[in-house]
Amino acid sequence: MNVPDNLLYTESHEWIKREGDKIRVGITDHAQSELTDVVYVELPKMDRQANAKEAIAVVESVKAASDIYAPVKGTVVEVNKALEADPGLINREPFGQGWIFVLKIDKPDDLKNLKDAATYKKQIG
Amino acid sequence: MTEAAQKKTPLYDEHVKRGAKMVPFAGWLMPVQYTSIVEEHQAVRKNVGMFDISHMGQLIIDGNEARDWLNTMLTNNIDKLEVGQGQYTFLLNERGGIIDDLIAYRIGDAKFLLVVNASCTDEDFAWLDRHRPSNIRLGDRSAHFGGVAIQGPRVSELFVNLPARNHIVDLELDEMPISMARTGYTGEDGVEVFFSKGDAVKFWNAVLEQGRDLGIKPCGLGARDTLRLEMCYPLNGSDLSPERNPIEAGLGFFVDLTKPNFIGRDVLLKTKENGPREKLVPFKMIDKGPPPRPHYSVFANGERIGEVTSGTSSPSLNWGVGMAYINAPYAKVGAKIDIEIRGQKFPATIEKKPLYKKS
Repeated sequence: MNVPDNLLYTESHEWIKREGDKIRVGITDHAQSELTDVVYVELPKMDRQANAKEAIAVVESVKAASDIYAPVKGTVVEVNKALEADPGLINREPFGQGWIFVLKIDKPDDLKNLKDAATYKKQIG
Repeated sequence: MTEAAQKKTPLYDEHVKRGAKMVPFAGWLMPVQYTSIVEEHQAVRKNVGMFDISHMGQLIIDGNEARDWLNTMLTNNIDKLEVGQGQYTFLLNERGGIIDDLIAYRIGDAKFLLVVNASCTDEDFAWLDRHRPSNIRLGDRSAHFGGVAIQGPRVSELFVNLPARNHIVDLELDEMPISMARTGYTGEDGVEVFFSKGDAVKFWNAVLEQGRDLGIKPCGLGARDTLRLEMCYPLNGSDLSPERNPIEAGLGFFVDLTKPNFIGRDVLLKTKENGPREKLVPFKMIDKGPPPRPHYSVFANGERIGEVTSGTSSPSLNWGVGMAYINAPYAKVGAKIDIEIRGQKFPATIEKKPLYKKS
């Protein structure tokens, strides 16, 4: 299972890529392979403020709806509109074109609470 | 129930070997999918797929009076069955509520096989046993048998001499004695095959080998659910329950009210006479949006009129579909309803059965 070393991770299977004072967020290869067949993505509203671990998006597979959480406190500044027409991007390119939203974060220090690749790899066994 | 307490079918190791994702279902550890629900669904619609149904219960009823007695326990008319024929039917409680939906096969002059839902096997057995006259034998052979459903348009290329629709035959394949029924839960041509537990692995692998050139795929419960929902076949526990009767569920076709006596008959007669308060209806979302799911509320003109019991994104239609119990006056084909999804209402239309038709 692909777990890129340059990303951070959450217990709930989001990946986080730091881009200055922003973070780009998606779900991991492991998560998409568990869900399979993503058929719908509910994106967060632009400018929405979210606390860490607050559910702000929904990824729906054939089988079930899964909440996607803000990894840290921040404001939604970008959402991946391409997922509305092609939700399967999450299955095909979970770490690339399948990203879900970008948060402008309040405190970069918050990122210290996230997992590195090695720790996440252990979690998913 | 912990994972350790879940029962395993004789095919458990085969599922794990093939990388299936195993989940608890009705007290069993069952494959929900091997590769993808959509891929497995399409295999059944286009070629052929095989499901492990070893978790389903198999009850045997035997005795000279078995036919007359079963006719008082089940809703459909057992007298219509010739030897080797099966019918879909219901086991009801005194209130007309559905204990289980099942297929009853007449496998001998006075011998019947009931194939019942895994989650209901013990309850069905206890209910039948409680009402059983002493001269009728009732047995539960579930623990000694395995079963598979092989479904899809190319199933006739896999076996020669398939039994007629809804019929069951005993035969031998590769020295394995099996019973093969021309039945299924997918809307495609197909068979359900029952065999002794010890033959399960051999049979499973022989069919996969034999079907390789036909594009056969092992399929999980995920695809089983999307396939049956496209056909509007009910799932007990979701669309059927002890609080619902077959008339409300739109399944009166499988109830013979001309029979003089069966448990639940009085209530069904009354429901039929007065009309049910709520009806189970299939629906399709109008826009491409989030798929409906069980327990979502249904609205019409701003008023809550019911609840979704089954819902998904149909792999064949690539669109949201479902079934819901709604107040009977609203249950008209073509009528518009709203499904509430995460606080927002999405329009849908009430459809005719089935939701998916082969083009």
